[in-house]
Amino acid sequence: MSKGAMPVPAALVRHARGLSDRAIAWLFIAPTMILLLAINLFPLIWTIRLSFTNYRANRPNAPLRDVGIEHYQTILTDPDVWQRMQATAHFVFWTILLQTVIGFALAYFIDRKFRGHGFWTTIILIPMMLSPAVVGNFWTFLYQPQIGLFNYVISFFTGVPPSSFQMLGDVQLSPWAIIIVDTWMWTPYVMLICLAGLRSIPDYIYEAAEVDRASNWRQFISITLPMCLPFIMLAVLFRGIENFKMFDMVNLLTSGGPGSTTELASITLKRAAFEAWRTGYSSAFAIIMFVAIFGLANIYVKALNRVKAR
Amino acid sequence: MRSGVSTAHSVVEPSGPAKLAAGFIVILYALLALTPLIWIGLTSIKTPPDSISYPPKVLPFVDFQPSLEGFCNLFNTRSRQTQDYINALPPPNGACEEITRSRSMVVVGPSNYTPRFINSLIIAFGSTFLSVLLGAAAAYAFSRFKIPLKDDLLFFILSTRMMPPIAIAIPIYLMYRELGLSDTRIGMILLYTSVNVSLAVWLLKGFIDEIPREYEEAAMIDGYTRLQAIWKVVLPQATTGIVATAIFCLIFAWNEYAFAVLLTSGAAQTAPPFIPIIIGEGGQDWPAVAAGTTLFLIPILVFTVLLRKHLLRGITFGAVRK
Repeated sequence: MSKGAMPVPAALVRHARGLSDRAIAWLFIAPTMILLLAINLFPLIWTIRLSFTNYRANRPNAPLRDVGIEHYQTILTDPDVWQRMQATAHFVFWTILLQTVIGFALAYFIDRKFRGHGFWTTIILIPMMLSPAVVGNFWTFLYQPQIGLFNYVISFFTGVPPSSFQMLGDVQLSPWAIIIVDTWMWTPYVMLICLAGLRSIPDYIYEAAEVDRASNWRQFISITLPMCLPFIMLAVLFRGIENFKMFDMVNLLTSGGPGSTTELASITLKRAAFEAWRTGYSSAFAIIMFVAIFGLANIYVKALNRVKAR
Repeated sequence: MRSGVSTAHSVVEPSGPAKLAAGFIVILYALLALTPLIWIGLTSIKTPPDSISYPPKVLPFVDFQPSLEGFCNLFNTRSRQTQDYINALPPPNGACEEITRSRSMVVVGPSNYTPRFINSLIIAFGSTFLSVLLGAAAAYAFSRFKIPLKDDLLFFILSTRMMPPIAIAIPIYLMYRELGLSDTRIGMILLYTSVNVSLAVWLLKGFIDEIPREYEEAAMIDGYTRLQAIWKVVLPQATTGIVATAIFCLIFAWNEYAFAVLLTSGAAQTAPPFIPIIIGEGGQDWPAVAAGTTLFLIPILVFTVLLRKHLLRGITFGAVRK
């Protein structure tokens, strides 16, 4: 729609005062671009530069040495790093699976337009609007084995004594503790996008299916699901990017523990950068993460476009 | 369950029982999802012993007597350790302190919630104002003018949002240290603006695209300059979009944690990194933490209700219109 400015009418030229359109265009865009270059692009380039050095931010005056691709080699051949990546993949996989299934089901039911669905939808949306850090913090309270609500509710329904399991202290349970919180928080997000997908399906398609006497199940499989797929994939893309770099909620909930069972990639990065002060090493780590996110996102977007084009 | 009713308007309506079942499931989920939040609200009005009692105390006035101790501890500005120490202190400073003293409550160290909350307000509103200002200008230019490499520039703006905060936190930390911006409100405002401006440009461009450009052209034929036409014609038309964008930016800046915890240590620290470190005697002071959380969440609850119509656009950068 916005293919250039319209030809300027003669009457307009006569009245033209003040700045030219060209000047206004640059004046309007420049501040944003300067800010983004200064606070996003410049630091990124700096990170790349640092990743080839032995720089340590807590010893700014130490002699700077170029180490080439040493950090990249160290990181990519470190079994610990692969273990962190596995933890991250586990987290991303299960959160996306749970959020997509529950989110889509909720959207499907909300789309039945029962009485009061607007109000309940708004209620459901609240968790995703909260601060992940604050959410992580108050879930540590809910997860307390002796006093927390979570253990109480579980033991109320199952009879297991509440102090017999520790969601945040058990190697087996702690990954699930963060998956539960993330699912609680972000299912509404997926639900909202799926709802938009469901609402975008025109009624006449269902009417035609009714005329053909297609069963409900058949309609769901051959109309609802395929027409919603691009929306579901978009939700998965956004959640995937976010959860791959997840930091705030996990940092407060478990800060990587117990041991390193919930140490996601960004927690490792934070430890290397701001606790061990291995700035060069952590810069390389950051670049690897960034490339991974960009690469995966790009492959995924290609797939998404193919689905859309169908 | 869709029963094929072809009315004059050909609307496919689900049957009554299907609606009822759907409603039941959704309401059940909503109540379940709301429970943690209600629990935090309840904890904020408990006394510290009530907050950790087992089995949990649920109903105010029935199971436990509501108390404002949590809020008092949150806003107390003086250290109190023992009863002797309290007696040796200068006279109480305000109602909160009077209550805490009469109950001999003990908190280790003064709480600094108030300055953190004020920092949150200043940084969130400051960066929102800047993001919307810069974003609206850029969005207008992208929407109305022919700009070389327009699509590439727009993609670059969006891609800045994909970076993990920690990936750029290190050089920003170094850069801010050089410039004297570390742990300052200005530094945080600029940082949050740079993160939010991508969202602002994309959202506002969508809103401005929908305003017919004939409006400004008519105004300019009437003798307005371009800037006057923007001010008098475009801005009023875009108000809804600007407000929605502003609230999105506000929520993000309000909730942000990663940059705040890495780049601030005190003077410019916002509430999210602070709430978790509120400690009472013998461990976490849960009612105070809950009180801090509740106060922090209230604005977001209000904004969620205000925003619900624009939510989809905001969370997908306008990639999905609704």
